[in-house]
Amino acid sequence: MELIKLTIDNRAVEVEKGTTVFHAAKKLGIEIPTLCYMNLADLNIEHKPGGCRVCVVEVEGRRNLAPSCATECNEGMVVKTNSMRVLNSRRTVLELILSDHPFDCLICAKSGYCDLQNMAIKMGVRSIPYQGEKSTYKPDFSPAIIREMDKCIMCRRCETMCNDFQTVGVLSGINRGFEAVVAPAFERDLDHSECTYCGQCVAVCPTGALTEVDHTPQVIRALADPTKTVVVQTAPAVRAALGEEFGLEPGTLVTGKLAAALRRLGFDYVFDTDFAADLTIMEEGSELLDRLGRFLGGDKSVKLPMLTSCCPGWVNFFEYNFPDMLDVPSTARSPQQMFGSIAKSYFADKIAVDRKEMVVVSIMPCVAKKFEASREEFKVDGNPDVDFSISTRELAALIKGANIDFNTLPDEDFDKPLGESTGAGVIFGVTGGVIEAAVRTAYELHTKKTLEKVDFKQLRGLEGIRSASVDFDGVEIKIGIAHGLGNARKLLEDIKAGKSEFHAIEIMACPSGCIGGGGQPLHHGDSSILKARSKAIYTEDELKVLRKSHENPYIIKLYDEFLGKPMSEKAHHLLHTHYFARKLKHIDID
Amino acid sequence: MTSVKLKLKENDVKKIQEICKSFNNEPGELINVLHKTQEYFGYLPAEVQEEVAEGLGISVAKVYGVVTFYSFFTMLPKGRYPISVCTGTACYVRGAEKVLDEFKRILKVAVGETTPDGKYSITCLRCVGACGLAPVVMVGDKTYGRVTTDGVKDILKEYENE
Ligand code: SF4
Ligand code: SF4
Ligand code: SF4
Ligand code: FES
Repeated sequence: MELIKLTIDNRAVEVEKGTTVFHAAKKLGIEIPTLCYMNLADLNIEHKPGGCRVCVVEVEGRRNLAPSCATECNEGMVVKTNSMRVLNSRRTVLELILSDHPFDCLICAKSGYCDLQNMAIKMGVRSIPYQGEKSTYKPDFSPAIIREMDKCIMCRRCETMCNDFQTVGVLSGINRGFEAVVAPAFERDLDHSECTYCGQCVAVCPTGALTEVDHTPQVIRALADPTKTVVVQTAPAVRAALGEEFGLEPGTLVTGKLAAALRRLGFDYVFDTDFAADLTIMEEGSELLDRLGRFLGGDKSVKLPMLTSCCPGWVNFFEYNFPDMLDVPSTARSPQQMFGSIAKSYFADKIAVDRKEMVVVSIMPCVAKKFEASREEFKVDGNPDVDFSISTRELAALIKGANIDFNTLPDEDFDKPLGESTGAGVIFGVTGGVIEAAVRTAYELHTKKTLEKVDFKQLRGLEGIRSASVDFDGVEIKIGIAHGLGNARKLLEDIKAGKSEFHAIEIMACPSGCIGGGGQPLHHGDSSILKARSKAIYTEDELKVLRKSHENPYIIKLYDEFLGKPMSEKAHHLLHTHYFARKLKHIDID
Repeated sequence: MTSVKLKLKENDVKKIQEICKSFNNEPGELINVLHKTQEYFGYLPAEVQEEVAEGLGISVAKVYGVVTFYSFFTMLPKGRYPISVCTGTACYVRGAEKVLDEFKRILKVAVGETTPDGKYSITCLRCVGACGLAPVVMVGDKTYGRVTTDGVKDILKEYENE
């Protein structure tokens, strides 16, 4: 390892060869402002197009200012990060960006969270000396994401997520000069592209150019309607991140306060998607055992590996990209949809409410779940199983708007019966968690023995693709795990080529799984936040008395009273689904 | 960008695949592949771009990004008599815009479009290096210099009976 010495703002620093000036300065505690640069180090995503030039510094002996995020340190370099020339240039760059930006801050969904706004505040911009034409684009409203390209600053972070990390390839920079913008092919709407609605572009967009569709007004209306019974479910990953919106340390578990806040907001029943996650395990785990059993019994027509299907971003991805492999994923619906289906049948019957008078709201870390909730398969006579799916961020806005002091709320429990869950349901929120939960149950159902140790540490971690094997009493079960659709694609290509050795594969579209979902509090490029959330999820699992889905007493009761057994006809009807080949061609789109 | 719908024939698809193959299906050769493809089809409609993307194993959005970045790629078929008006600085200050407007007015099409009968299309050019003759108009390979708004009619008359 070669070391390099240089001086930044009159202070000496030594760094490894290849380090950028930005990182060298950081080592000295000097935070050079950036706008287009993004570094998700734990996920190996570094985006440094060197485009915005907000991060410029003066390098002695060079005529032009250099973008520190994309300039490597040299031996003996003398750098100034705050000279008059640097400050002036930085301000000019910012003013030019602002001169082609709508002044919508008062009504913008990103207001208060926007990197551009924060930069203007930090630099104390009070007027824009440049007047010129502003670019205007038609806003694009899809079922889950809104694109308002008037607010795009061409940092191109979204492209990196969509193309390099997710390999979905929906977004690309198009046109040139003043007209340059990021858009889907032929400037179609997202709805007419192969977008998976994973929301990772939304998660990294520094401005309000990409936001989720806001469903909070509909939720408020439902809550205010006395004729409606409003039932809420909240996904595992939400409790590990919501606190950040209220200034709590990343990784603070707020499960009890979350339940209390939902009750204060006026939901009639405060339930937990973790319950439905336990249910998912019963169905998905049984399906896996069924496929495995038949396979080991010599039936070669059985599709293996079986892939998990609880991530709607992933479901969209394989429907578009692997239309010839639709029989590989499990047919089990996602926990969100299982919950909706059971709430509007079993539970509605129990409390004698017509499904049309019941409104199911879900709180999700996810943008794709909005789209999933709107799918036709998940409606009965036009009435959706899940009426509104809102993100963790939208929930925070609801809580703030209702004058609830979140941090002083007492810890409360979820309601019964659909609020009871095991540790297995909790870990659904993090990469590796779904398959670990499935293994805990499948193992016991298969071997009829009690697990000595429920923690399968070999399934955990943040590597993009992981593999492990679990001993099912003499039968070795090989498991693959991928998070991020680019990683998923690799595993899928292997299956296609007949090279896959796995029996089961878990896939989540978002980096680190749902805890890094497109609807979570913004991480602003700090991936240590994702690690903290992951830790919180495993802590909650450990704190649970019950940690295996099939031990959840309310799940047992649900099967006894209503469903019969896993994979029964009724279970198939209410808890399973089918997939569609959705390859898009221009000629077919109007 | 406006575009036209086109159902590709089997032959067309084959041709695009051949072109991609002649560049080893190398994503880095996108621009060259698009050049060759446009040479063959005369333009690059969406359906053709989709095949190119398939052939090179890249996203359609990327292909479209490149097509819209370079002005020599077009998504619309050219007319039999493609009219190009130079809007470089010299031509511009000597009234190229008025000339352009006159063509648009008479032919009732916008820049980048083709008349419904497929006869004329209008495009703008960056400087063609004939600044002494500004404003310059080209119809196919033929160059017209010092064009005035009144002259537009005369130019079109030349092609009236063709
Ligand atoms: S939601 Fe996901 S797939 Fe869709 S454009 Fe954004 S990053 Fe790409
Ligand atoms: S849409 Fe957002 S993330 Fe994408 S280039 Fe524009 S500002 Fe950047
Ligand atoms: S990983 Fe989770 S948050 Fe991301 S798209 Fe899938 S279900 Fe949604
Ligand atoms: S942050 Fe360095 S150029 Fe944009």
